[in-house]
Amino acid sequence: MRNPVSVLLFIGALLLLLIFGRMVTKPEPTYDLELLKERYPSQHVASVDHSKLPALQGKFDKPSDVTRACVSCHTERHKELLESTHWKWEREAYIPGRGVTYAGKKNLINNFCIGIGSNEQSCNRCHAGYGWEDNSFDFSKWENIDCLVCHDNSAVYVKGIGMAGYPEPDVDLSIAAQGVGLPTTWNCGSCHFFSGGGNNVKHGDLEVALVQTTRDVDVHMGQDAGQMQCVDCHEAENHKMLGKMYSVSSSNEGRMNCEKCHGPVPHETSILNEHSVKVACQTCHIPEFAKVNATKMHWDWSTAGKLDENGEPMEIVDENGNDTYLSIKGSFVWKKHVQPEYQWFNGTADHYFLGDKVDTTQVIPINTLFGEYSDPASKIIPVKVHRARQIYDCSNNTIIQPRLYAVSKGEGAYWKDFDWDIAARLGMEAIGEPYSGNFCWVDTKMNWPVNHMVSPADKALSCEDCHTREDGRLAALTDFYMPGRDRNKTIDVLGLIIILASLAGVLTHALIRIAASSRRGGGK
Amino acid sequence: MMKKVIIYKGFERFWHWAQAALILFLMLTGFEIHSSYSFFGFENAVIFHNIAAVVLVALVIVAIFWHFATGEWKQYLPTFKNFRAQVNFYLFGIFRNAPHPHKKRLLSKLNPLQRLVYLGLKILVIPVMVISGLLYMYYRYPFRGGLKTIGLDGLEVVAVLHTVGAIMLVAFLVVHLYLITTGHTPTSNLNAMITGYEEIEDDGDEI
Repeated sequence: MRNPVSVLLFIGALLLLLIFGRMVTKPEPTYDLELLKERYPSQHVASVDHSKLPALQGKFDKPSDVTRACVSCHTERHKELLESTHWKWEREAYIPGRGVTYAGKKNLINNFCIGIGSNEQSCNRCHAGYGWEDNSFDFSKWENIDCLVCHDNSAVYVKGIGMAGYPEPDVDLSIAAQGVGLPTTWNCGSCHFFSGGGNNVKHGDLEVALVQTTRDVDVHMGQDAGQMQCVDCHEAENHKMLGKMYSVSSSNEGRMNCEKCHGPVPHETSILNEHSVKVACQTCHIPEFAKVNATKMHWDWSTAGKLDENGEPMEIVDENGNDTYLSIKGSFVWKKHVQPEYQWFNGTADHYFLGDKVDTTQVIPINTLFGEYSDPASKIIPVKVHRARQIYDCSNNTIIQPRLYAVSKGEGAYWKDFDWDIAARLGMEAIGEPYSGNFCWVDTKMNWPVNHMVSPADKALSCEDCHTREDGRLAALTDFYMPGRDRNKTIDVLGLIIILASLAGVLTHALIRIAASSRRGGGK
Repeated sequence: MMKKVIIYKGFERFWHWAQAALILFLMLTGFEIHSSYSFFGFENAVIFHNIAAVVLVALVIVAIFWHFATGEWKQYLPTFKNFRAQVNFYLFGIFRNAPHPHKKRLLSKLNPLQRLVYLGLKILVIPVMVISGLLYMYYRYPFRGGLKTIGLDGLEVVAVLHTVGAIMLVAFLVVHLYLITTGHTPTSNLNAMITGYEEIEDDGDEI
């Protein structure tokens, strides 16, 4: 380095190094986890004690009188409710191939208890309203809005079984009305935990254990952690809530996501942050669902209808207390600590619409999550896939909406009369679809994105869970190259040949040299 | 008459051995990332590989400046003078204990085959490895609190190119290690790269 030019060049090299170093410095997390931990748990302090309000004193004869009392002060809220999904059970959405659709729980089916058509009396217990017992329900009558199911904090309010959304007759409506407040986890859970006919049946990640849980089960809701309530994330403005379930939703709007609180680059390691371009947070941070109680993974309707020796419906329960067979519903497979399946998802979905023809050579998707690697809007998400065998019309090639529920025998409901043919005819009649009289069984699958039961960071997936040759978590997603999993087999084989050939070459050369040298009489 | 001279300067030896260590380490971690075996664990392998890669790029940048500053880059200019003789030496002469056709000189340390191979490494393999490696690392990168991507369709092309380069380097390493033993004595080349000194023939020309 005696040459001055070389000194200058050396300084230039150092400068380049510095610039390169800047490129690899860690980004600062944009949202501080400690600040979030300070913000939660937060106790909401109500500005009004509803038990002191004159409008809520006295006795309420009918639940709709409570609604009137609410609206007498909250004069515009009922208008918001009439436009809400909790009331309409449908959303307007554009679905490629279908155009603009109006779909939701109101007219879509699932592969659990199928659908509400002709079963409103029972299913619509979870409607935020009173009296939706058939398709003549008037969606403009705001008096039938059920404010209490979401806002009763006194825990006395319970909707009745088979009462089309009305509360049980012995509920003290005054206590409920005077105890209203922000929805608690219990309010939301009274429907969302028990959908499908029992705790954790449908979702797998939403269940009664979340009311009182630990951070191992859910870092946000654990009593030893965030102590968060549903509405802490699922914020609402004018009764429009963030977050939706793609079992019945279709469009990419009003979604809830982790980034809202945690920011787009929450990790200290940039390589993890970079994953968020293609991988949803949930994929790594919810390594399993149904952590406390089991969830239904398979439902076989075709075995339903076996009666005991007295001609009565049976119930077979496994050692964990889960139904494995019910005469009215068929057989079930329950699972705990379930590893999700993984799919690309861009926030849009399609559904089976009643009347759609099915291709019975394959498993029928009840809903389809759109997305693929090459779509910049798509990310990999964890999904609970519920598989089922359910009734369909084998002449019309359509899935059947059966009538399942009735109060008494003789009304043609399967759960009372155990006759699929009549149940199918009555159900299809109620929704205005044809039924040929021939029914068969078909295998279906339904996708339930998993978003809850976020595990502590040390339980999140590690690199090897996906970046591995065989049986990685993402083994089913083959439309992209993933380091550690994928390789070009031709290149690898050719490479091995080249390396072995080089080795063989130098070994042969060395052997000949040694042989030649010893023939010359050793020495060199 | 043989004369002992410094054939590899201090920086050259430092550069060579640092580069050797880094490339060996990159091979070890790189083929683990390729899932050829498990040693450090995937996460550590990636972290170590990326750090070693940055250090190697830094070293390469410094070495490039050194070569241009000292004029040593001319050592790698390809020549076909003595090319056939050199090939013949490795194929036949070496077994008969024939003399090296290439006379090492300070201004011409490398024989025609070495020139060609090292030039190939420098203008083909190393750039392919560095560019594909940088794309591998930075095809998405943090930018103003968010993430930017440079819009690659996927990693496949980058990853396969990087693998091809890695395979070439392994093959190079195998042959390179063997050719160390083909100097005047089996250890004279190794000694030269460690101590810097090598005995070269002094036939009166300027060495």
